[in-house]
Amino acid sequence: MRLRLFVGALVLLGVALPLAVPWLKTPFLLALSNGLAVLGVAVLIRAGQVSFGNAMFACLAGYGATYAARFWQLDALLLIVVGTALAALAGALVGLFMVRYRGIFFGMLNLAFSMMLFAILGKFGAYTGGTDGLRFERPAFGFVHLDRDGFESALLAVALLLALAAGWCVQRYYRSVSGQALAAIKTNETRLEYLGISAKRIFWGGYILAATLCGLGGTLFALTQGLVTPEMGYWVRSGELVFVAILGGSSHAVGAFLGAFVFEFMKLYAAALLTGMWQLVLGLILIVMVFVAPSGIYGLLSRLLGQRPRSVLKAR
Amino acid sequence: MDGISYAALLFLVAVGLTLIFGVMRIINIAHGSLYAWGGYFAATLGLAIAKFGLSPGLALPALFVAALAVGVLLGSLLEVGLLRRILDKDPILQLLVTFAAFMVLEDLQRLIWGVQPYFVSEVVSQLGTLLVAGVTYTRYQLLVLPLCAIAVFLGLRWFLGRTPIGRQITAVTHDREVATAMGVNAARVSLLTIVIGASLGALGGALASPTTSLVPGIGAEMMVLSFAVVATAGLGQIGGAAIAALLIGISRAFAIYLMPELEVLVPYLIMVLVLLVRPQGMFSVAEARRI
Repeated sequence: MRLRLFVGALVLLGVALPLAVPWLKTPFLLALSNGLAVLGVAVLIRAGQVSFGNAMFACLAGYGATYAARFWQLDALLLIVVGTALAALAGALVGLFMVRYRGIFFGMLNLAFSMMLFAILGKFGAYTGGTDGLRFERPAFGFVHLDRDGFESALLAVALLLALAAGWCVQRYYRSVSGQALAAIKTNETRLEYLGISAKRIFWGGYILAATLCGLGGTLFALTQGLVTPEMGYWVRSGELVFVAILGGSSHAVGAFLGAFVFEFMKLYAAALLTGMWQLVLGLILIVMVFVAPSGIYGLLSRLLGQRPRSVLKAR
Repeated sequence: MDGISYAALLFLVAVGLTLIFGVMRIINIAHGSLYAWGGYFAATLGLAIAKFGLSPGLALPALFVAALAVGVLLGSLLEVGLLRRILDKDPILQLLVTFAAFMVLEDLQRLIWGVQPYFVSEVVSQLGTLLVAGVTYTRYQLLVLPLCAIAVFLGLRWFLGRTPIGRQITAVTHDREVATAMGVNAARVSLLTIVIGASLGALGGALASPTTSLVPGIGAEMMVLSFAVVATAGLGQIGGAAIAALLIGISRAFAIYLMPELEVLVPYLIMVLVLLVRPQGMFSVAEARRI
């Protein structure tokens, strides 16, 4: 119950703050899109797997949306659908291959796939704009052409709704049979198979969900920026997603967004103060988190709110 | 031929990775930055030798000194500071910690050496060139690199199979608990193995430094490549790593020759193909399922 109040307060803050302080809109949008992608990674962490390449789905969705915007001048809302669908499709295809692997193989194969995408995007500059990326005009929003500020407000509203919906869906998914089975892949896959459930099929579902969420995040990100670059799919980005998932805590969907917001503002301030040492800071925080608070910010908060954190990441 | 010298480098880095995995059951993602550090440190030593007018004959040994220095220093730092403390943690967390270490080392490297490319190739020009079948090769790439790899391969086989300490390493690789019960000091063995493995990774970087320019990001690239080798071979397989490195190195050379755009993709394609057929790699041994 307290949690619900807490989420409500967060959403209210998400609406009120950008209205009061307009420059906060962009960081909020970025944090929300990032949070969606992180939620995807958190779903995989639920199954005990880390992917060091999930940013590729965000990148792919971003490029898909960009092409759609450039060639068909689609509406922004449609672009979100196109990008996300593309990521879901790619996730389903790549997932067919990935579900056979666990642990380090899974993580590194994802990394290998994302490096391939990054290399292709960089190499075929004629179609992809190379490392400079592609720009696109600000599309119409719900068939209305808005100025930059209005567009951002509308996008923020949509992003907030999508984030709420995604968070709710993921929580529902965690409590469903497939969601429980997904968590069982982490605890004991062999026993799961003994129950007559195909671990691979369950994991495939989880993988597609993760790719879809990353795609949704990526499309929103691209719409916010009006620009896509191969950097979006670089392994450092994937690493950041994993980092934020751990930072926020992966036992509840809220964790992903908490982490994303903390991360976004950390980046805003720390990057200015500590230019060039950004990764170093991230790495050190990650190490400290692993040793001190493996259940993330959400774990710490729920302890404060008097709930027992159900850590997905406790030691064996 | 280019393929062979490239394969030699890949093998050196990959074998270090696989050794460490064998003993700790952790894939050390920071291994990639050991490669980068080895390269940068070797380049710095090379520059210093040129600057102080020391005998240019020192340049080649300097590469090995650089590798050993980086390997011993960073390797033991990693083991004592991190790896040792995460042995009983969740595999995800182990992966994350080495990933974090990688991020830290990568930034430190950027702080120390900056982002400009380094290119120090005195060693290569010193050793001269060879003409093979109408194509000119540098002696360094044709002889030094493959010879180093072969020496490391044979040396490791001898060390792990014939010497008491090497056998202890093999025992810990096989089963840490039983080895400990038999009186092997697993902690000491781990430290030693990691120093050896880290030195091999750094050696790969040091030997590569005269042939390529050093830029930020080579650590990540090499990490993924050497993982591709290790995964293709099967985790923990040294002989397999040699074959997989050759396979990937030579096919990459062919790809550069035939379809330059696809050069980057070839190692991954091979890995994906092999893993499709044998999910545990070519030379893996069956492991008991734990229920």
